[in-house]
Amino acid sequence: MISFFQAVMNPSVPFVRNALIGSVLAAFLFGILGSMVTVRRIAGLAGAISHTVLGGIGLALFLVSRGAPGWISPMLGALVFAILAAITISIVSIKAKQREDTVINALWAIGMSLGVIFMAKTPGYADPMSYLFGNILLVTQKNLYILGALNIIVLLLVVRFYRHIEAASFDEEFAATKGLPVMAIYLFLLLIIAVAIVMLQTFVGIVMVIAMLTLPAGTAGFFSHNLAGMMVNSSILALIFSVLGLILSWVFDLPAGALIVLIAGMVYIGISVGRMLQGRRSSKS
Amino acid sequence: MNQAAQNEAATLGQTLSSLDSMDGKEHGVIVELTLPHPPENVAIWCHDLSFRYREVEVFRNVTFHVHSGEFVVLTGKNGAGKSTLLKLVVGLLEPQQGQVLVFGVSPRRRIESIGYVPQHASFDPAFPIRVEDVVGMGRLSGLSYISKDQKRGDIEWAMEQAEVTDLRARPFSALSGGQRRRVLVARALVGHPRLLVLDEPTANMDIDSENKFFEVLARIKMGATILIATHDSDFVSELADTVLCVGQDSEHPHSVHRHAMEKAEDLPKDIYGSNMLRVRHDIELPDDACCEGKDP
Repeated sequence: MISFFQAVMNPSVPFVRNALIGSVLAAFLFGILGSMVTVRRIAGLAGAISHTVLGGIGLALFLVSRGAPGWISPMLGALVFAILAAITISIVSIKAKQREDTVINALWAIGMSLGVIFMAKTPGYADPMSYLFGNILLVTQKNLYILGALNIIVLLLVVRFYRHIEAASFDEEFAATKGLPVMAIYLFLLLIIAVAIVMLQTFVGIVMVIAMLTLPAGTAGFFSHNLAGMMVNSSILALIFSVLGLILSWVFDLPAGALIVLIAGMVYIGISVGRMLQGRRSSKS
Repeated sequence: MNQAAQNEAATLGQTLSSLDSMDGKEHGVIVELTLPHPPENVAIWCHDLSFRYREVEVFRNVTFHVHSGEFVVLTGKNGAGKSTLLKLVVGLLEPQQGQVLVFGVSPRRRIESIGYVPQHASFDPAFPIRVEDVVGMGRLSGLSYISKDQKRGDIEWAMEQAEVTDLRARPFSALSGGQRRRVLVARALVGHPRLLVLDEPTANMDIDSENKFFEVLARIKMGATILIATHDSDFVSELADTVLCVGQDSEHPHSVHRHAMEKAEDLPKDIYGSNMLRVRHDIELPDDACCEGKDP
């Protein structure tokens, strides 16, 4: 068996190189957006959007099997459902905050159920598991371009509006008195997260995208002094977890997505427990 | 309020309203003011205000005003509507009837003149942010770009005023409750507001922190109008010029009344800290009680 690094350099197996580039690009999105998800405590909401995506994928597969035009693709279906979910949750959050939890869980369950039903009615073999857990080795050149463009957009927006994002995340009420369109910022953030989720689910799958949006940022939160630092640190952590997971998956022939999340989860839990024990020790002394 | 005062108030409301809609200058219109006070001397003008959250009525036909430079304490029981009134004054909520004007125009057009210190009850201790960055948020104005060193002098001045300069590099989550409130005051001061609105800033604060907090407010009082909501309905700081009681009257639960105050020298210092004023809920003052000696 050739080594991982030989495979990356080997032009006859471009999927390994694509997977590595994809991991690097995804790491920045996971780091930046994950930090915003974490400080705003909207992980559940991002989870609902990511699971709603399955409904869109299922519908697109079903329509294509029934002779729908070729431009209808699983990614388009996922994008439409993700954006609809983001808009629905934003409206509920603005108009009826007390029902937000119920709506989030309802969208989560309805999205997945629709996906399973549409796939069951799609002729041929459409396995929901392949979308739930993804396959990083299936990343195409086109995916990389889209991911690259999304990285640039997110980075530019964060640099331009960093102070506004920080203020709206920290204290929405105060930010509103300073003339910030806090609801528009919230909706825009959800839409960007929705688009990113659709792109990122290719790498680690729907179920695990939410883990990568929270675990690196959560770990970075232990030693970051501000939101910008958290974004940088969690991007670096996501990069390390992704590349390490990819290499180990090649070496041990294990699913890359699951391995990446497992590493991220173990590091997070390890640091959490370490800090807890440290806190106990210092409170005793 | 007597009929003459009501008529006068209505004229003021209409005139300020037309100023608000036309900006007083647009279309070459000169609006003749027939007011008891020029709008610049009336920091807050609340006229015939009604507000409800769906089925829950909070205010019905509330009228009051606050002069520039006054220190006004808003008291009332929990749920009486103090925070709602403050949100109406800073423009976070819109009245369903009547109007609220700040220095003659709607609060949304006075963003730069208002400093707001919210309760910030849902503060997330895991949010990674330093004191200096929290204070720096006071520079924001809409979506305008803010560079790292923009208004550095204003931030330094605000931190000095609120006595938090020494805390600048510390994580916000590592501060005591009293220190955190002073940081939020510093944040509100960055824009040199003419009106400072504080929502229960001393809730759950110990006496020493509370005394220090009011020392800071005493300094700020020199240059700004202050509207502060407090949870204690019976005693208020001696800094207060006026006390407004929200929903105090059980017969009129959706109202705001101006009540008298008197020195309360018999209070134990270890419980109440500095000199306090006792609120005389039994003596209601007319809305124009504050106008004596003010502008003609």
